[in-house]
Amino acid sequence: MTISVNNIHFSYGPRKALNDVSFKLQTGGFHALLGPNGAGKSTLFALLTRLYQLQEGEITIDGQSIKTKPAELMQRLGVVFQQSTLDLDLTVKQNLLYHASLHGISSKAAAPRIEAELSRMDMAERVNEKVRGLNGGHRRRVEIARALLHKPDILLLDEPTVGLDPQTRRSLNQHVRQLCEDDNLTVLWATHLMEEIIPEDPVILLHKGKIKVDSSAQALLEMAATDNLTEAFHLLTESEKQEGK
Amino acid sequence: MNLAAGWHCFKGILSREFLRFVQQRSRFLSALIRPLLWLIVFAAGFRAALGISIIDPYDTYITYETYIAPGLCCMILLFNGMQSSLSMVYDREMGSMRVLLMSPLPRPYLLMCKMVATALISLTQVYAFLAIALLVDVDPPLFGYLNVLPALLVVALLLSSLGLFLSTQIKQLENFAGVMNFVIFPMFFLSSALYPLWKMQEASEWLYWICMFNPFTHAVELVRYALYLQLNEKALLITIATTAFFTIMAVIGFNPQKSAKK
Repeated sequence: MTISVNNIHFSYGPRKALNDVSFKLQTGGFHALLGPNGAGKSTLFALLTRLYQLQEGEITIDGQSIKTKPAELMQRLGVVFQQSTLDLDLTVKQNLLYHASLHGISSKAAAPRIEAELSRMDMAERVNEKVRGLNGGHRRRVEIARALLHKPDILLLDEPTVGLDPQTRRSLNQHVRQLCEDDNLTVLWATHLMEEIIPEDPVILLHKGKIKVDSSAQALLEMAATDNLTEAFHLLTESEKQEGK
Repeated sequence: MNLAAGWHCFKGILSREFLRFVQQRSRFLSALIRPLLWLIVFAAGFRAALGISIIDPYDTYITYETYIAPGLCCMILLFNGMQSSLSMVYDREMGSMRVLLMSPLPRPYLLMCKMVATALISLTQVYAFLAIALLVDVDPPLFGYLNVLPALLVVALLLSSLGLFLSTQIKQLENFAGVMNFVIFPMFFLSSALYPLWKMQEASEWLYWICMFNPFTHAVELVRYALYLQLNEKALLITIATTAFFTIMAVIGFNPQKSAKK
């Protein structure tokens, strides 16, 4: 299963948010989508999830355009948005049942899946607690469990660790990497935190709406002539700023 | 769309709306207290000023309380429709609307589910109101309680479709106060909910015509007639047509870009 983004352009009125963006995600890989704030990551996510309509270009899954079979895409896609989308006044289970029902899954069929996904996220014992009572890290785990409930092939996470402490960030990152290994899940993880990336990861660096690097984290280091990913990120996005001056 | 999937989806949306409603007990109470204040306090004060002659569908002189009861049922539905609109705007601002939009089921169907769920929850409040109204001698025929159910459902759908349409037009939560002034109050007061339209015509011909063009007037009449075991065909047609119009407008207005843009 491959997902291809081909020559995407997107503008908010006169402001261009994405400019000729193309890349391909490989099955079972943990892909990092890097970019500073305002680089266009969230816009790209909104297009991938059909929250925004494509203006120009195409997104395909296994060669099939998402415009032709949008429902099929939604079934294959799990998403964790940057902003929490859990209903705080409902319990963990009620939130998950709601999501399952929106995917046409009966509550009877959803119950064992909820148990399995929450156990995998070490959240099984919190199933009947209201989301309002959970901390940020636990809410994120619930959101990941929810995104996997309908057994998608692709998991998109838009800066899922924003606002979390370093330990929780690392643990979530490891969880998702494990999912790639266990379920052959294709993951696109958007972030601007370099400690979440390892040199072997395929990396897409988005800056000012354009793809600056589409390679591996290792290649990013070589391109910036440094051995530190954070420094490489700064160098590559800073030099662009200076060029733009 | 798979029928079973559609059914599970509807059940999920209905159960979420119900859970939210149950958790917001103050919402249930305020939905009841508002019309009860009108029925008990306002009606007591205005009973003498607003004498009601024998008009259809009543076959005898009626009390003012009896006259305004159907209008107050519709008031509950009107406020609930707007409450639903407010929660849609809130969900959009808070991001939880995205959960709904990520469903593989068709968006018009999801909207319909949301509308029907809102309507069904509103009906429970209307029946609670009618039960309390018995205490002030608003006692329609027993079979009227059953006969009015489809009429109430159509009206509830009209007002929740209007609410959905408004939610597509309101950009920010702060702008919602305007709905109160420009939608709820004019719709309610420029209708036959509180006074028969012939009284309005005596006072002002143009106000009368505004009332006649107000779909809420026809919604109230549909409920009034149904409660007294009669069918007002014109009101039914206008209510159904207006419901269809607002549903289509809501579906058109609910495009992904509009609903997700920051």
